[in-house]
Amino acid sequence: MTAPPAVCEMRPAAELLRVDNLQTEFRVEEGVVRAVNGVSYTVDEREIVGIVGESGCGKSVSQLSVMQLVRRPGRIVGGEVWFEGDNLLKYRANGSEMREIRGAKISMIFQEPMTSLNPVLTIGRQLTESLELHLGMTKKEARARAAELLDSVGIPGAEGRLDDYPHQFSGGMRQRVMIAIGVACQPKMVIADEPTTALDCTTQAQLLELMLSSIEGCQGALVLVTHNLGVVARYAHRIYIMYAGRIVEQGLCRDIFYRPRHPYTIGLLKSVPRLDEERGRRLVPIAGTPPNLIDLPPTCAFLPRCPVAGERCRLEPWPDLEPIDGEGHMARCYMMEATGE
Amino acid sequence: MNENLTTPAVETISAPRVSEWRRFLRVFFQRKLVIVGVAVILIWVLMAIFAPLIATHDPFTNNMKEVLQPPSSQHLIGTDNLGRDVFSRLVYGARTALYVGFGTVIVSAIIGMILGLLAGYLGGVVNAIIMRVMDALMGFPMLILALLLAAVLGGGLQNVIIALAIATIPGYTRLMCAETLSVRENEYVMAQRAIGSKSFRTMVRHVFPNAFQPLLVLITTMIGNVILAEAGLSFIGIGIQPPGAAWGSMASAGIRDLGTLPWLCFAPSLAIAVVVFAFNMVGDGLRDALDPKLRGTL
Amino acid sequence: MTTYIIRRVLWGIVVLFIVSLIVFFSLRLIPGDPVTIWAGQQAGSGGGMSEEMLDQLRVKYGLDKPVPIQYLNWVKGIFQGDLGESIRYKDDVGEILKQRLPVTLVLGLVATVISTVLGIFFGLLAAIRRGKWIDTLVTVLSYIGLCIPVFLAAFILMYVFALKLGWLPFIGYELPWNDFGKSLKQGVMPIICLAVTPLAVTARQMRSSVLEVNNMDYVRTAWSKGLRERVVVTRHVLKNSLIPVITLLGISIGIIFGGSVIVEQVFNIPGMGRMLVDGIFQRDYVIIQGGTLVIAFMIVVVNLIVDISYGWFDPRIRYE
Repeated sequence: MTAPPAVCEMRPAAELLRVDNLQTEFRVEEGVVRAVNGVSYTVDEREIVGIVGESGCGKSVSQLSVMQLVRRPGRIVGGEVWFEGDNLLKYRANGSEMREIRGAKISMIFQEPMTSLNPVLTIGRQLTESLELHLGMTKKEARARAAELLDSVGIPGAEGRLDDYPHQFSGGMRQRVMIAIGVACQPKMVIADEPTTALDCTTQAQLLELMLSSIEGCQGALVLVTHNLGVVARYAHRIYIMYAGRIVEQGLCRDIFYRPRHPYTIGLLKSVPRLDEERGRRLVPIAGTPPNLIDLPPTCAFLPRCPVAGERCRLEPWPDLEPIDGEGHMARCYMMEATGE
Repeated sequence: MNENLTTPAVETISAPRVSEWRRFLRVFFQRKLVIVGVAVILIWVLMAIFAPLIATHDPFTNNMKEVLQPPSSQHLIGTDNLGRDVFSRLVYGARTALYVGFGTVIVSAIIGMILGLLAGYLGGVVNAIIMRVMDALMGFPMLILALLLAAVLGGGLQNVIIALAIATIPGYTRLMCAETLSVRENEYVMAQRAIGSKSFRTMVRHVFPNAFQPLLVLITTMIGNVILAEAGLSFIGIGIQPPGAAWGSMASAGIRDLGTLPWLCFAPSLAIAVVVFAFNMVGDGLRDALDPKLRGTL
Repeated sequence: MTTYIIRRVLWGIVVLFIVSLIVFFSLRLIPGDPVTIWAGQQAGSGGGMSEEMLDQLRVKYGLDKPVPIQYLNWVKGIFQGDLGESIRYKDDVGEILKQRLPVTLVLGLVATVISTVLGIFFGLLAAIRRGKWIDTLVTVLSYIGLCIPVFLAAFILMYVFALKLGWLPFIGYELPWNDFGKSLKQGVMPIICLAVTPLAVTARQMRSSVLEVNNMDYVRTAWSKGLRERVVVTRHVLKNSLIPVITLLGISIGIIFGGSVIVEQVFNIPGMGRMLVDGIFQRDYVIIQGGTLVIAFMIVVVNLIVDISYGWFDPRIRYE
């Protein structure tokens, strides 16, 4: 990992999205799972925000909740999602307001390129349907624009490939198509949910660069959901670290990487190799396993795995986010003096 | 910092360790209809086994003095056109259905599974031949194939079982063949050994756990289908005929009096419908309860 | 795509060949040749025949030749359109089929169309309105449809509409082009009986298919583009859901042909089913052979067409 680039510096920009105390739960036969347990974050225009956490920490569900794409047995049970002056959660999931936003103002790029495209429709059709719907293009216009989009994501022979089917593309190319679909209508914000996890490393890097330049090209913001620290280190302006359905630490990119305060964040960083440290350091994995989210106790969810846990942590409920230093750097921990050295 | 290297951050959420068996039972009996289905099947089996004790009269001998009686305290569902007590014949009909149902399924399942395993294991020409023959068998509507075979072999319980068994083999063959092939694919990829070195016995041992669930569901559905088919056969006049008691032939005998004595037709027909319904319910319940997607985790 | 079609067709021919073998040889399994058995029947009704006369009959029907030759002759005959002469009707089997087949086909075809179209429609409806009353209704009716014997449906309909209400006739059948009104009235009950079970099967499969497709990632992608429900269902869900349901078309036709055996018996309809059953009781093997062969052939061909049409539904198959 290289040092976070200078773009990390905060610049004044308008707030685009504000998620306030979002709560989403799943009712399964064993109990109730609070996948998203009071998550709040903001995204500014043209900003790149990283949401980092292990599988199952609720990061994907939180994004699906923003778009109101959560399906049974999941349900959004609380919170507000402010976008362009409106609380999106007060609209019906299938209502015209949400439909106008999806794909046009906020779009999403999913993790699995192999299954995220409809196998019986041509790639061209899957591109043009957004264009025709949101931008009111005619068939001809949409087709031309689709070819341009495919070209811009680096698919050779774009025009000819419009009539091909997804299974005729490799995984990497399918994800490029997903990026094309994501930016087709020039949305204000793109949510990318683990966009490169299913790909090999060389492709990963290429795809990320492509995604960023595409989104930059349409002046959009990006929410990058991932468990890969390396990815956010390079690109994100601000980062939110999630654990067991809550944000445990948030801040500017450099604060998170150089001055982490939550034991989980520290553990994550320790378990990843870094170029700027001496060779031979052993990677330290975080002890234990991710928690069972069914009927969580009110105490800190990281408690069983925390190396610096104290009495307070065992007795009192999980604390709120407390500001630390830097701009917007906050963490949710009783033992921050211990980690602050 | 704690240097305990227990486990690195694991990808999946761990669910509470509910005992598989108990979970299965719970999901299986969740739906009331499944409970009803199991109850019906139990009643039917008991009725068939204890037929001599339950029947009120002798179902086989004619009694021309009491022909076509309406239901009464003496004859619960009246008598048929030869004076026989309908209720008793119904009870003995359960026996016929039981023999045919289980007999056919056992025979066809065993043969079908063996053929399927062979087809999958040996592959190549053997596979092609077996599967084409199965395709050919499936080209006949079950009833018509059973008709053909029953015509060849003659009527009677045993021949009906043989005919229906032959007609229903393809279902099991296809299932086992598909399962065997997919096991072969996996093993091949993982072990990278020539399949020839994999003994037949190991193959079978790998196939059965995977095939168990769809096989069980198939068998349950098949019992229902076979009972329906047998009813059709005896309805037409092939299969078990009077004085033997079979629900199908009872139903066809009652057509003449449909307008005046409808229960002669409806009683045996409803008996068939209820039993088949029970098997369908149980089959569905099994399928849901055994569904691996519903195991434990979110 | 063409290789796919050609391969399927070739296999189809192999299957047809095996079908003909099954039909031919299964009847030869009966002890004694057809002539002896037929003569035995005749003897029972008082017409004795000398051995020479039987031998003459044998030569006439080609039964004196070894069995494989008989098979080849039979096949040769089929290609020439000659399915033999019915022992009982003393008429060319082809002629008899020409009268009987249309009856069964008309009823069967209408039943197939109705059961498939309605099955798909209701299955889809039940799935996208999952948990609502329409879903429960469709599910319950499907369960009933699956377990009801064809003759029970016939009894219920006959009892209500023919005997008690007297609205519909319950015997006989006139082809639609002879007398459309009468044909319609006569056909209502048989067609309903035939269509009940395939409708239930199709609706169930469609429902479960749609529910499964609904959970697919690409449907989520479709929603995330802001498409409206109608578009997501018709453009993204439908085509994918129909793939397993199309398989059922072949099975439905099989069920309907099987059912027509019973339905024609109950409603006294002069179709293929009746012909086969009568043939079995009269030991008229020629007609059983011809009839079974024709039915099996039709079903194999339908299955072949269904198989090929997969290619249109699922582009991935086209490039195998």
